[in-house]
Amino acid sequence: MAETLIKIKNLKTYFPVKKSIFSKKLFVRAVDDVNMYIPTGSTFAVVGESGSGKTTLARTVLRLIEPTSGEIEFEGKDILGLKGRDLLEVRRNMQIVFQDPYNSLHPRKLIKNIIGEGMKIHFKITDVEIRDRIAAVLKEVGLIDDHMYRYAHEFSGGQRQRIAFARAMVLKPKFIVLDEPTSALDVSVQAMVLKMMKEIKVQENLTYMFITHNLSLVDYIADRVAVMYVGEVVEMGDKSTIFEHPSHPYTDLLMASNPVPDPKFVREKRLMKGEIPSSINPPSGCRFHNRCPFADERCEREAPELREIKPGHFVRCHYPL
Amino acid sequence: MAKTVKVSKPFMDDLKHTVFLWRKSRLTMVGSALILIFLLMAAFAPLIAPYDPVQQNLQDKLQAPSWQHLFGTDQFGRDIFSRVVIGSRIALWIIFLVSVISGSIGIIVGVTAGYFGGIVDEVLMRITDMFLAFPSLVLAMAFAAMLGPNLTNTIIAISIVTWTTYARLSRAEAIKVKSQPYIEAIRAAGGGNLRIMFLHVLPMCISPVLVQLTLRMGTIILTAASLGFLGLGVQPPTPEWGAMVSDGRNYLIDQWWISTFPGIFIAFVVLGFNLLGDGIRDMLDPRLRR
Amino acid sequence: MELRGKLLDISNLKVSFHTYRGVVKALNGVELWMDSGDRLGVVGETGCGKSVTSLAVMRLIEQPGEIQEGKVIFNGTNLVELSEEKMNRVRGVEMSMIFQEPRSSLNPVMKVGYQIGESIAKSKKIKIKQTYPEVKEMLRLVGLDPERVMNSYPHELSGGMSQRVMIGMGLASHPKLLIADEPTSALDVTIQAQILELLDELARKMGNAVMLITHDMGVVAEFCDKVLVMYAGNSVEYASTAKLFEKPLHPYTGGLLQAVPRVGRTDELMAIKGTVPDLVNPPSGCRFHPRCPHAMDICKVERPPFVEIEPDHYVACYLFKGKSEVREDG
Repeated sequence: MAETLIKIKNLKTYFPVKKSIFSKKLFVRAVDDVNMYIPTGSTFAVVGESGSGKTTLARTVLRLIEPTSGEIEFEGKDILGLKGRDLLEVRRNMQIVFQDPYNSLHPRKLIKNIIGEGMKIHFKITDVEIRDRIAAVLKEVGLIDDHMYRYAHEFSGGQRQRIAFARAMVLKPKFIVLDEPTSALDVSVQAMVLKMMKEIKVQENLTYMFITHNLSLVDYIADRVAVMYVGEVVEMGDKSTIFEHPSHPYTDLLMASNPVPDPKFVREKRLMKGEIPSSINPPSGCRFHNRCPFADERCEREAPELREIKPGHFVRCHYPL
Repeated sequence: MAKTVKVSKPFMDDLKHTVFLWRKSRLTMVGSALILIFLLMAAFAPLIAPYDPVQQNLQDKLQAPSWQHLFGTDQFGRDIFSRVVIGSRIALWIIFLVSVISGSIGIIVGVTAGYFGGIVDEVLMRITDMFLAFPSLVLAMAFAAMLGPNLTNTIIAISIVTWTTYARLSRAEAIKVKSQPYIEAIRAAGGGNLRIMFLHVLPMCISPVLVQLTLRMGTIILTAASLGFLGLGVQPPTPEWGAMVSDGRNYLIDQWWISTFPGIFIAFVVLGFNLLGDGIRDMLDPRLRR
Repeated sequence: MELRGKLLDISNLKVSFHTYRGVVKALNGVELWMDSGDRLGVVGETGCGKSVTSLAVMRLIEQPGEIQEGKVIFNGTNLVELSEEKMNRVRGVEMSMIFQEPRSSLNPVMKVGYQIGESIAKSKKIKIKQTYPEVKEMLRLVGLDPERVMNSYPHELSGGMSQRVMIGMGLASHPKLLIADEPTSALDVTIQAQILELLDELARKMGNAVMLITHDMGVVAEFCDKVLVMYAGNSVEYASTAKLFEKPLHPYTGGLLQAVPRVGRTDELMAIKGTVPDLVNPPSGCRFHPRCPHAMDICKVERPPFVEIEPDHYVACYLFKGKSEVREDG
């Protein structure tokens, strides 16, 4: 059994919503009691739409947002209580690539400084060593070392994401969170960037958490998948299991909604109804019940637990498909 | 293959675009011309001024403008033209120091408040509000009177009154910047608050403050002139334009030139800064920038 | 010249933008046509000019951009030559457009019902209150609860609901052509599916043609019956959707399709080498030649014409020679 790099237990990240002094205190339950484990060396995809909590989860794992409660373990050690030097050490091992290529690189700094800053914070190393390391890492992502003397705005979206990836890699982390890294890129550029990430993962022995809403990408890159809906994990398992036997009606809906680039494929027309509910006031019982074609009154009343229906395959549903 | 793009700082690209837009607006160019004249006058003042501005020459007092005295003389026989020219240096000095001081205070207060939020923000903003509660001229007068009327205190008084705008502005900018992904990235890399605030957030707040500083320069001159006129600012014999206008108060009817010429220069410089400032503001408006 | 499309025929459309960096030659002789009821997908990547083309058709190009050359024949009239006054009677009435950002045409401080009514009232010259029954009918048509939506402000509606309102507003005047510029790119995938089904249903009911601009090949495959592929300001391939996916002719189209991930696909994704060109200094001749594995000398010199290679299959590429012969190279 593969070693677990990251274990997330009962993680909750709630954001308070200020209405007025008179109304009841409300919370956006962005991440609501999430449990997952990420095997070392895997690409773990977290799939969901808006309000699913996937983006908040990604940031909470890195402690860019502090969770409200729960535990996050990195290599067996809880990282939530850490401060100072210990936290810095953990930060070195856990990095992130953001979705927006146009806002994730400082507009007024040279690429050299953007990538090199992490090194200055963590190591006592000379400028020459920093420069060499940056050159090496730029080469790995398919750019040239000359690029470090330029500014972010001189690069295209795809190149910026490569730079962002280089920045994540420069500290030699073990774990990288990829938050929709290609959704702002053109299709052909996306292919290049994804291939690069796949290759580098093997070369550098990395573990990825890949956040996306695009199932085609999940099929291409992931080993394990977790599907999130309104702050909860509704299904989790190996990629092949999820694609071949989606057991949660929401997973099934996602699969069916995914546009297929093949005109011969006729998508079954469904009576797709309903909007994605808000995370402030989620529906009672099962959060998917008002859109689920199979829901009954038990679903409205009682919230289902996340159960392991087969080894490694978890579903949160009273009547899994 | 990497595409061939000229290596250029974002500043250069912005500058080229700005020049392109600047050329399009006549009024802005007029404003720029006025300010240019002002700057040249201040730069070459000792060379341009024919007489010593403070030298009294009672035989020549109250003379009308003539070839020997382009702007005439005042009640002490001092050449008004020389005084106006040297006075431009004083005006420039005031503008420069007030801008630097109030800009610095404003940015530091604003960025700190915007970045930390919470109670730090509340406290700093309430302090800012206290200063904003008073009409600026009245407050400047109060400080000038308290500290004693002279050039240094005029500068201090006006700085105290103007920093609040920049604090508000940089706070708003800091709030916008702090939630950007590129700031989160530094935090993920292990960067601490001070590093992020000073090395990353603060530099982004400088440009809007610079623009605002330019827009306010006209007001600074006016405030200094008002203080000077009221006797609360620069004291005689220093040829500050506002004080000069005040000097000629009693001679307005027969010896109009004593107040009028400094007054005209105040007006032109303020007009120049206003036109230039409007132009800059329009140029930076993202919708008009296309 | 004989028109290729009876509803809309764009020929040799050239649009440029004058910026501080120089002249951006956004459209370099675009060819596009549609018949009534057609569902045309316009695909391409950044800088291909698909959005600019749609804005040009609606005559919404503003300074520093301008239409330099070309014809846009809509129902027999060349829109490029029309006066602004006459164009106003076409725009929003016979031809409408919806955008990517669902709340783009909604004023945030006015109630939705009032705004929809306002747009109807203007063309019919009646009072806004009188339009309300029609507004309610339209909201029902797009699958929304009229009472609830009419009294809401735009920010109170979700993305999907706002987009439905936009579609309703676009179709209220029963236009012959609806241009949809990436209408679902900003929406969640389950909502996207709903919106596409709605567009399909309404087009069937009302008989309007739809020009769907998108970068998503899946959406094209599902919704469109014809496809126009654009690259760097030119039309490079036009065919029925089935034909395009099965037998793409232009090297760019082929490259694009090989880069699209698909559930169940087992082969590795292929990227197209190089990047999209700078439109201030575009490559000479065929703008794709620097990235094309089959580039020949003539490709660098002269832009290939957009010609019919097989019945209803057009390509702009020197690898192919007109209707008479199809030559495969490499």
